[in-house]
Amino acid sequence: MDFAGALSADHLKFLADGFWVTLSIAFISILLSFIIGILLGTLRYAQIPVVSRVVAIYVETIRNMPLLLIIFFTFFALPEVGIKLTVTQAAITALTVFESAMLAEIVRGGLNSIDKGQIEAARSSGLTYIQTLWHIVMPQALRRMVPPIVSQFISLLKDTSLCVIIALPEFMHNAQIIYAQNVNYIIPIFILVAFMYFIVNYALSLVARRLESRQA
Amino acid sequence: MIDFSILIDHFDTYLEGFKNTILASIIGLIGSFIIGVIIAVMRIAPIKPFNWIGTAYVEFIRNIPLLIIAFFFYVGLPAVGIQLNGFVAGTIALAIYTASFIAEAIRAGILSVPKGQMEAARSSGLTYLQAMKAVILPQAIKIVIPPIGNQFINLVKNSSILGIIAGLDLMYFGDIVSSHTFVTFDVYIFVGLFYLVLTIPLSYGVRYLERRLARSY
Amino acid sequence: MLKSKASKLAGILLLSASMLLAACGKSDDKTSSTSKNALEQIKERDKMVVGVKYDTRLFGLKNPNTGEVEGFDIDISRELAKEILGDENKVEFKEVTSKTRIPMLNNGDIDMIVATMTISEERKKEVDFSDVYFHAGQSLLVKKGSPIKGLEDLKKGTKVLAVKGSTSALNIREKAPEATVLEFENYTEAFTALKSGQGDALTTDDAILYGMADQDPNYTLVGGTFTEEPYGIAVKKGNKELVDAINKALKNMRDSGKYDEIKNKWIKTNE
Repeated sequence: MDFAGALSADHLKFLADGFWVTLSIAFISILLSFIIGILLGTLRYAQIPVVSRVVAIYVETIRNMPLLLIIFFTFFALPEVGIKLTVTQAAITALTVFESAMLAEIVRGGLNSIDKGQIEAARSSGLTYIQTLWHIVMPQALRRMVPPIVSQFISLLKDTSLCVIIALPEFMHNAQIIYAQNVNYIIPIFILVAFMYFIVNYALSLVARRLESRQA
Repeated sequence: MIDFSILIDHFDTYLEGFKNTILASIIGLIGSFIIGVIIAVMRIAPIKPFNWIGTAYVEFIRNIPLLIIAFFFYVGLPAVGIQLNGFVAGTIALAIYTASFIAEAIRAGILSVPKGQMEAARSSGLTYLQAMKAVILPQAIKIVIPPIGNQFINLVKNSSILGIIAGLDLMYFGDIVSSHTFVTFDVYIFVGLFYLVLTIPLSYGVRYLERRLARSY
Repeated sequence: MLKSKASKLAGILLLSASMLLAACGKSDDKTSSTSKNALEQIKERDKMVVGVKYDTRLFGLKNPNTGEVEGFDIDISRELAKEILGDENKVEFKEVTSKTRIPMLNNGDIDMIVATMTISEERKKEVDFSDVYFHAGQSLLVKKGSPIKGLEDLKKGTKVLAVKGSTSALNIREKAPEATVLEFENYTEAFTALKSGQGDALTTDDAILYGMADQDPNYTLVGGTFTEEPYGIAVKKGNKELVDAINKALKNMRDSGKYDEIKNKWIKTNE
């Protein structure tokens, strides 16, 4: 094992580049997933005939598929039906498709957790269903969703490593390029990469717990 | 639109991968359950060093990508003289990774059993471990079955990681079929369907258990 | 209070809608621009985007110490840029693997592939190739002192490592039907697996294997070459102008001696 050689200044800089890509891709994907997740979750919650059913089938199908397959599919299979995405676009699309289905369920759970009595009260005071949803239910539900969404962000940061298969220049990919040079680099690089992930995700999980306990 | 000949012509290949995916999932489940129980008990046992080890395990493992754990077992361990093939390395990684989530689910279950019961059991002469086994765990199990079920679904999906380390699973063989036939869309659709055959019934099963167990309180 | 939250929510919805529209708009742009031929596009942009390997020593390797990509394919690409655009620096490199290169070309990520790519009939259905710019042949890499001396030693139970989407992965199954073939995403993973003892031999083009042996002297090539792998530069189908321009540039390189200079710089063996 060669810690000094593996963790030279140049290598660390190269790894930092990869880590930045991981953070940016995960951040963009969680933002998009949040928006789409709210739409899907609300549509499923609202029990609109046909629409809610279709959304439910979509969400359940995606949630029950491996993310790895979705990444492969987005990059390698979609071009066959004319949807052509660059590596970065494909990575963001695949992560967003998968993660928005996860968030849709969190959103639905959040909405379901709001007392139905409130809806009836709001409706009888003259608000429309949409108004009730937006003014009364959603603001409360959103607050409850924050901790699980932070947890999903942690998953997303970890899952971004799977984009190594389409050669997205993220953290894991750059780590591979370094340890390919020398067998003695493998374990030191693994330790560093695992440790970096741990620090960021552990900090995030503390934030999630803090938010959760404040709400309780 | 979808060409079924790709499925029929390569059915044996798909099936081989499907079998390995199921095998990895079952071994992974049993392994992660055993490790998970041990870690959960360590985390709540009245012995401080055990608590530390348990906490360190859970916090470290669940905050790093499964891919690193899999690579570690596949190409990292040989550097110190331990040789595991892709299937074994991947399955061990799955068990270790999933165990950190199962341990948390079990811990939450155990903590949800009122403290007084442990005290009562201890004062009636049972040792800590006996009380755990006879009184606490049977009650906790009911609460933890749904979250563990969800972890099992995740485990089945995550087993696709074997495809990256030549673990001969469904994902791996799907990839091989697609790179040999130059067909991607149809091949991956069938791979997806094979996964759904496993995960959809599991999802319904977990939901059913959730409802039934909720009623039994 | 309620109002501000509602408007925030409305804002989010609006934003998402506009993003979706923007995404659609973008893809429209793309299709309209493809009607222009690839050579004109490159000239208009005054830069060509080339897909190269980042994990193949001697041909295309990202050096983590300098951050630069280097190798035979890189120098050939720079020379192409010089011939076509008049400046060897008017080239941008993007990483491809054997699996991702054709999708990346067709998705518009890159203008051409200069990445140890064998010209084959199957691939000709999907892309257009230039003239041959390098002659490689498939061979085997083993640890020094290995009992494997050539194809005939790849018996039942022997594990041969290869890369998904490569011609060598297909060939080896024909040439050594008894052996177990394990395939990986890229050469980094395959070579790391070989070094970790996960296989008995690694098979791909000799040119790539020389790079590996050069990197780690514990490994060596055995058994000579058993296929012919003529490398070509691939462009999107139906771009005759670009293929012609590349072929002309390649010819100029050979005539001026520049090609031999590049080849001698990277490829030390007299294969």
